Amino acid sequence: MTSNSPTNEVLVKVTNLQRHFPITKGIVKRQVGAVRAVDDVSFNIYRGETLGLVGESGSGKTTVGRVILQLDRATGGSVNFDGHEIVGMDSSTLRSLRPRMQTIFQDPHASLNPRMTVASIVGEPLLEHRIGNHDERNATIERLLLQVGLHPSHANRYPHEFSGGQRQRIGIARAIALNPEFIVCDEPIAALDVSIQAQVVNLLEDLQQELELTYLFISHDLSMVRHMADRVAVMYLGKIVELAGVDELYDDPLHPYTQALHSAVPIPDPFHESHRERVVLQGDIPSPSNPPSGCRFRTRCPIAEDICAESEPAFREVRPGRFAACHFIEETAVSVPAGTIDDQASTV
Amino acid sequence: MKKVVLGVDQLRTQFNTADGTVHAVNGISFDLHEGEFLGVVGESGSGKSVTMMSLLQLIPMPPGEIVGGTANFHGEDLLAMDNDRLRQIRGGKIGFIFQDPMTSLNPVITVGKQLTESLGLHTDMSKSEAKARAEDLLNIVGIPDPKQRLKNYPHEMSGGMRQRVMIAMAIACTPEVIIADEPTTALDVTIQAQIIDQVRSLREDLGTAVVWITHDLAVVAGLADRVIVMYGGRIVEEAPVGALYNSANHPYTHGLLQSLPRLDQKGQELYSIDGQPPNMLNEPVGCSFAPRCEYAFDRCLTEQPLLRNVGLRHKVACHWDVANEVEVRLGDEVGEAQFEVTA
Repeated sequence: MTSNSPTNEVLVKVTNLQRHFPITKGIVKRQVGAVRAVDDVSFNIYRGETLGLVGESGSGKTTVGRVILQLDRATGGSVNFDGHEIVGMDSSTLRSLRPRMQTIFQDPHASLNPRMTVASIVGEPLLEHRIGNHDERNATIERLLLQVGLHPSHANRYPHEFSGGQRQRIGIARAIALNPEFIVCDEPIAALDVSIQAQVVNLLEDLQQELELTYLFISHDLSMVRHMADRVAVMYLGKIVELAGVDELYDDPLHPYTQALHSAVPIPDPFHESHRERVVLQGDIPSPSNPPSGCRFRTRCPIAEDICAESEPAFREVRPGRFAACHFIEETAVSVPAGTIDDQASTV
Repeated sequence: MKKVVLGVDQLRTQFNTADGTVHAVNGISFDLHEGEFLGVVGESGSGKSVTMMSLLQLIPMPPGEIVGGTANFHGEDLLAMDNDRLRQIRGGKIGFIFQDPMTSLNPVITVGKQLTESLGLHTDMSKSEAKARAEDLLNIVGIPDPKQRLKNYPHEMSGGMRQRVMIAMAIACTPEVIIADEPTTALDVTIQAQIIDQVRSLREDLGTAVVWITHDLAVVAGLADRVIVMYGGRIVEEAPVGALYNSANHPYTHGLLQSLPRLDQKGQELYSIDGQPPNMLNEPVGCSFAPRCEYAFDRCLTEQPLLRNVGLRHKVACHWDVANEVEVRLGDEVGEAQFEVTA
């Protein structure tokens, strides 16, 4: 849902971002290889938009989020946040930028300190960045709690006294405490019950509108990303394979992986389900420490040919505003007309 | 109508913990028919897993305790059975598929050994016959190169493959009933699609009755014949799959369906059910969903609604008649027969 009006101003520019985790062996820790968690990824995030980042486990989507915030260091490439290059930035300058970019974590049980009260959790960023005096901070904490749908009387309780959904609200209050511009939401609803997910998603959307936030929304739930995002990037084995506006990507997926991902997602409608044409991918995701040569998807790709093993397809603009990395995008678009998978389903 | 293979009546399970008694399952009754695919949907804590685990006495006792009910399986009560008899049934007549194959397969025994072990227990196959059958089974569940794979340990396989092994074990002795507890929840969506595909074709081939427990309404939409929706340890609605998704009657089911975003549609703001799931430490009084229900009135807080017929094989436990916007009083209930005529 387009809850905010995205602008043309680039807030975060990611260029050729790389994060390789070394694999070491022996007591001298000789490097014998690398897990290429994020490999040469480039995209922009525009001010005011929600960029969805989807992929299966091991695709590197969480690492992208962490590296963008420099919670994890990049091994190559650049991340430009509103004109500041933050890869390799010294820590004190980075610290002055921290209030402007925040994160919401997946597991509200693990990301809140069990020994701190809600007030000290939500107030910690304020204290850390020396904002306001004691009374002002307390007033801010009260306002924040109300803003995320908690009661100010909850301030002196501990995280374990709350349910999963309420805990996630505490995490959100902490994330917005410093008035950020940009929030990385890393699977914020994955650990929540279905009836609670909608509550949290609606809260995130309301806050985006109120506070003019920009989101990077990382999720494996394609249906929820369709609901939340303005544009969507699809990751596979450390690479972005397709990036497009949300409607284009869902109604007319170009990359064979995106198409397969779509047809794999069940739809809560029995009639629809029984009339759907499915592309079921064979095999498993290869290991990111030893990715296939050429196109990384070729081992599971239904249309792969020799060229896919020989050369890696470039991630390029294949339509205005649409990016994809596949040797056969032009052909795909012709021989498999726009959104065949979805069309067959929606015509019944 | 097909024969009932498993008839559960008024099952109640509690856990006696240091914090008090957790009322996990509060009177569940349902029938499973021959060859039927039954989806059981509910959120965490709704009692869906405990219900099914109780049937085979697989809950830890203590603290767990089955305080009431019967489960009729071929004239025998599963809940009153002794351990020896239960062992013959578990893995034999009733197969189980668990959520996490990493914790339910033995990590220090090869896959082949685990498969042949259950064949040895439940059938009178010789060792070599069992081995051939194990190879066969891996083939059936779509594992390439089964001969080699039998020598693997579970950690040498991927998550999707381990789940296939679990399925192979569950169908090894051609059971009449398979109980699958969130079998695809731990898997990626493309792997989930593979497993669902596999289960669908197996079901056509074997004709086994399946109980598929899940929190995901979308997963069972394409699989189940009939769906049971649980909330607070009770069944709030049960219906044939089409009726449930198209004319959900209980406010909880209805809200749940509306709160799901859909891949094929770009919707407006998501509907959200306010409030939190019930605390199972409190003894349920009235309707468990009442505190979160927009239709709730005073009777909902004090009197438990019983399942009543609202359509052909479609039952709902609610004091409010959504269609006619009136309260349903005792004695207003209609028999199932009325719907059979109109259908």
